Amino acid sequence: MTAYKSDVDTAAAILLTPGGLDLDALETGLGYAMGAGIDYADLYFQRTWQEGWVLEDSEVKEASYNIDGGVGVRSLAGEKTGFAYSNQITADALMDTGRTAAGIVRSGKRLPGQLVSPVSAMSRYAGIDPLAGLSAEEKVAMLKQADRVARAADPSISQVSASLSGTYEVVLVRASDGTLAADIRPLVRFNVSVIAVKNGRRERGSAGGGGRYSMAKLRDDQVAEQYAKEAVRQALVNLEAIDAPAGQMPVVLASGWPGILLHEAVGHGLEGDFNRKGSSAFAGKMGERVAAKGVTIVDDATISDSRGSMSVDDEGTPGQYTPLIEDGILTGYMQDKLNARLMGMAPTGNARRESFAHLPMPRMTNTVMLAGQDEPSDIIKSVKRGIYAVSFGGGQVDITSGKFVFSASEAYLIEDGKVTAPVKGATLIGNGPEAMQRVSMIGHDMALDTGIGVCGKEGQGVPVGVGQPTLKLDELTVGGTQS
Amino acid sequence: MAQAFDASAQQSLLTARAEEALALAKRLGADAAEVGASVDQGIGVSVRQGEVETVELSRDQGIAVTLYVGQRKGSASSTDASSASIQAAVEKALAIARYTGEDPAAGLADASLMATELPDLEVHYPWALTTDEAIELALACEQAGRDVDGISQSDGASLSSGEGVRVYANSHGFLGTQKGSSHSLSCMLIAQDASGMQRDYDYTSARDPKALRDPAEVGREAAERTLRRLGAKRPPTGTFPVLFDPSLSSGLIGHLLSGLAGGALYRQASFLCDRLGTPLFPDWFSLEERPMEIGATASSPFDGEGVQTRNNRFIDQGSIASYMLSSYSARRLGMQTTGNAGGARNVRLVAPLQSRDSLLKEMGRGIWVTELMGQGVNGVTGDYSRGAAGFWVEDGKVQYPIEEFTIAGNLERMFAGLVGIGDDTDTRGSVHTGSWLIDAMTVAGD
Repeated sequence: MTAYKSDVDTAAAILLTPGGLDLDALETGLGYAMGAGIDYADLYFQRTWQEGWVLEDSEVKEASYNIDGGVGVRSLAGEKTGFAYSNQITADALMDTGRTAAGIVRSGKRLPGQLVSPVSAMSRYAGIDPLAGLSAEEKVAMLKQADRVARAADPSISQVSASLSGTYEVVLVRASDGTLAADIRPLVRFNVSVIAVKNGRRERGSAGGGGRYSMAKLRDDQVAEQYAKEAVRQALVNLEAIDAPAGQMPVVLASGWPGILLHEAVGHGLEGDFNRKGSSAFAGKMGERVAAKGVTIVDDATISDSRGSMSVDDEGTPGQYTPLIEDGILTGYMQDKLNARLMGMAPTGNARRESFAHLPMPRMTNTVMLAGQDEPSDIIKSVKRGIYAVSFGGGQVDITSGKFVFSASEAYLIEDGKVTAPVKGATLIGNGPEAMQRVSMIGHDMALDTGIGVCGKEGQGVPVGVGQPTLKLDELTVGGTQS
Repeated sequence: MAQAFDASAQQSLLTARAEEALALAKRLGADAAEVGASVDQGIGVSVRQGEVETVELSRDQGIAVTLYVGQRKGSASSTDASSASIQAAVEKALAIARYTGEDPAAGLADASLMATELPDLEVHYPWALTTDEAIELALACEQAGRDVDGISQSDGASLSSGEGVRVYANSHGFLGTQKGSSHSLSCMLIAQDASGMQRDYDYTSARDPKALRDPAEVGREAAERTLRRLGAKRPPTGTFPVLFDPSLSSGLIGHLLSGLAGGALYRQASFLCDRLGTPLFPDWFSLEERPMEIGATASSPFDGEGVQTRNNRFIDQGSIASYMLSSYSARRLGMQTTGNAGGARNVRLVAPLQSRDSLLKEMGRGIWVTELMGQGVNGVTGDYSRGAAGFWVEDGKVQYPIEEFTIAGNLERMFAGLVGIGDDTDTRGSVHTGSWLIDAMTVAGD
């Protein structure tokens, strides 16, 4: 499936033709952005169509539609970046933004121009408009089904909200190194959130997921029913939750979404920009042991239809499978072109940007810990007193000190090798490099998350995926209220 | 180099676009409509290790249309304000309104509540700043920080300066516009010792560039904040009083306001449901908003649906005196809007203040928190558990830096346990407050 040429033609027809441009006109556009002293320039054309439907009080009360698009022009000279953008895709806008970006950086030598070389990449998802997969009636029906299922599931459910959203994104990249690439990226998501009230207690439960495919797949997979039941289950568990313990103890992370811990604790620290600048706790550790034996972590943009996957990244580099840590040894960073060039390494297809109005930087795609040998039930059995964390709300990392924090949205006590009472308010805190050395058991049950992650970096949000098997950390600080 | 921005011309243009959209909505069959439009332009530069890293010129615009057909609602927005895009947005919003359900509470705010007093609140201070000048200021800030002994490297200094115009109009005939500006300078530095690397930052931010702090002072403060973190240990696990730095106590007020917000209340998703009129804080504590303050961060004479803003007192002598409502959430709760569509504006404390030293003395033995991490705040239950860094305090004196611990409690319990507020007021954001001393929280460390 290297449907390459057709993507470029489709993208050009969508992005360039309305403003009277064609692929040849991009040569002129790049000319404005290059000029003396500029090592590299690129033009990034993007258009997105976004749709969101929200159900509340058993009615679809809100629906919105958003159209966004434009061109971002970047000129690089050494470590300097000049950047300008316009929401018009016209010859005039290319001239203005190109001259502005180029005018910002003005030293160095002129490089010879490169011939256009269309990028050939495998498609990791279908180049479709995902919003068209369902009719408006079908979208409304899915939301109402989620509401019915959740309310029927338990009498304590007092509020149900459900949302269906999707984005159809078309991008085209033309760079001075000859790159010509396009990508058509569908992305959809369905979410259910409930409030359960019982005996004066009120708790929330939520579930959701999606990926790079048509909204029709959400219907066909019957996610409305599945996520409604899952949200209710989580809320009911939380209604019974007792205060979490405080202090250091073993922590078992369930498979799937808890991989967000790897994303924070390890992933960000292995992004090229932080390592080039020496601001990451992992800087200068290439080839060294940074995690326990058995720990292998990869960033994999090539997983079919996954939320974080990219056929080509936002600089036109094909999405890749990039080993970061192999059997505990640091073997790779995630790179965009700028940081790869400055570090003398190869780009890894990790350049991402929130939109044409933002600068690209090295970002994760789907970050995954590979499966080990252990039986998940044996991992639980090995813990005398600790925490079993099944789902997380969110997390954050300080890449310089390596400190990370996560809030569990569903967690349990482990007592004498058995999962017992649910606990609330469990926050996990640790140091990335140290925590990875304390991984002592790795399950054989590697699973991807359901497709809900959004990663924020320097104010830019991008969709990401995570995954991991069940795993045990011998000691982590749990921040509950029971000391 | 900087692009020209004629705020008055943009204001006229956006006004015309908004009126065009309203007229079109009416013609195509909407019973009521509202339009928000904005344009912002700015420059951002960042430097690192004495070199320019990025120079970014930004210009963002958008128009959003919400319309009502009977009690059904549809919305659409576009970043392109051409007539063709406006037409497409209105048509799309109308198409959507065919599929949304009837909502008795849907609709514009009451016509009688539309703002009639629309004074200029003086929030627009354009800065004729060239790229080179912006770079120089960022470099000066960073250099002052790097010059401080012990700073091993810089993680960069950035300056951003922008101005913009926003317009809100609805089919009651209300039209409000506001020009505004925002400028900021920040610096982040790294220091290293045998125990590892630490980083911290400082920033200054203001509507008027003349109100920005001296760049060198920001750089030096960033250096001091970074250096004092070196050699951090972990505090013991236990129950201790906690002093929140002003930049963090404004976050506690943020959690309070989220709990008072109509949207959370009618969804029963707030820890403050059914608490109106009941005590939450000690009786010496009151909290209000002053939306008409001249030149302040969040000043506006009209809210997000054209309603005249007013000074609301949310907490009066410790008790919840008012929720924070828009017309929609008010209708859902059977109440009146408080002019808070779009949130609270210029939140101020009314409480006795004391010096930070006196708060530390009052605390005796405990934790002074200067950084919080993660999202461990549950707005439904008020449960609070976040990662933190700060300083260990004994006998009212700061002893050594601490990190890699959590502080946990419940917001209701924390608010009731508010012991005192510092006079070290942070005025950089929309919420102004000094340090907060909370009597007891669970600390998980060593």
